[in-house]
Amino acid sequence: MKQSPPQISALTASMIAVRNDRDRAAFALLFDHFAPRLKGFIMRSGTGSGQAEEIVQDVMLTVWRKAEQFDPERAQVSAWVYQITRNRQIDVIRKENKPLPEELGEDPSAEPDASQILAVEQEAGQLKDALGRLKPEQREIIEKAYMGELTHQEISTQTGLPLGTIKSRIRLGLEKLRHELKELR
Amino acid sequence: MTTITHHPSDALLAAYAGGSLPQPFALAVAAHISLCLDCRATYEAHLVSGGAVLEMSNTEAVSADLKSNVLDLLDAPVAAKPAYQRSGVFPGPVMEALKGKPPRWKSLGMGVRQSILSDGRDGSVRLLYIPPGRAVPDHSHNGLELTLVLQGSFSDETGRFGVGDLEVADHTLEHTPVADPGAPCICLAATDAPLRFNSFIPRLLQPFFRI
Repeated sequence: MKQSPPQISALTASMIAVRNDRDRAAFALLFDHFAPRLKGFIMRSGTGSGQAEEIVQDVMLTVWRKAEQFDPERAQVSAWVYQITRNRQIDVIRKENKPLPEELGEDPSAEPDASQILAVEQEAGQLKDALGRLKPEQREIIEKAYMGELTHQEISTQTGLPLGTIKSRIRLGLEKLRHELKELR
Repeated sequence: MTTITHHPSDALLAAYAGGSLPQPFALAVAAHISLCLDCRATYEAHLVSGGAVLEMSNTEAVSADLKSNVLDLLDAPVAAKPAYQRSGVFPGPVMEALKGKPPRWKSLGMGVRQSILSDGRDGSVRLLYIPPGRAVPDHSHNGLELTLVLQGSFSDETGRFGVGDLEVADHTLEHTPVADPGAPCICLAATDAPLRFNSFIPRLLQPFFRI
């Protein structure tokens, strides 16, 4: 890892090093951070240890192979890894491909703007804090939503999500993100 | 690009981002996000929340050889999956459902046509082609139904729906959507119930599915 401004988190710097330089040492750091969390996250949905590790392996290989799609000005590393993980889980458990939105057709810039990366990281950090402050039962339903375990009823009535605090944090981050996306057009 | 005024709710976008939606709805939402920057931003913000949930998960120790296995496989060749691009009025995810080919339209009478993309246990999704002034065929109203306009527009009691607009309807909505004058209306219609080909089949015979 080189020339990354010191303020950017080690995870983001590692991911940029993997993307730009195919840096294996940086990838090993990402593996050490994410693999145990991914396994914990996947096993919470009832997947056994062996199959969970297969999914972890697939996810980490996708992180390496699709690194060129990682755009730190728009997404935080854990958000990007989360998306890959859910897609892979759906693939393996439900035997179907989750339909994904079109790519914007714009390659992330090779020299990302550090202040924008920091802004994304800051928003994500505050969102995480907001999650941590929720009452346990509220947090549980949020976790259920992001683990893909909402029931048909919860989706139909759309009342099952006490997004409240989370929503206000999401809103704050949105304007920046919208601005970024419009720059890309 | 025309202005999009009808969007999926935040809760629906969260359910999509989290992967709770059955395939037909996920396709309709993915196609809408492909056309709508605002919803793309909301969707990406939900991925950040998902990332936070991942970060806060309890860790489980992985086997000793998992890391070396992954490192050994980094440069192993893999077959690339085809990436489907937007074609005409059809966004990438719809082209993927069409497997890159043009829709195979079947007539429903009165100039209305449909092309079924999938019809299974977790619901159905189809493309509809409706000439100006014609009514949009009766949907299955057992559950939730998402209709995304890809060309032209339609109007019903609740408003006008143009390109990129997504109508979310459930069984409480009594509506009669009619294609507006101008270009034929093409839309993507997703339901969480199997398609009803014959409206005389009593509803009780419809199997009721939950996900």
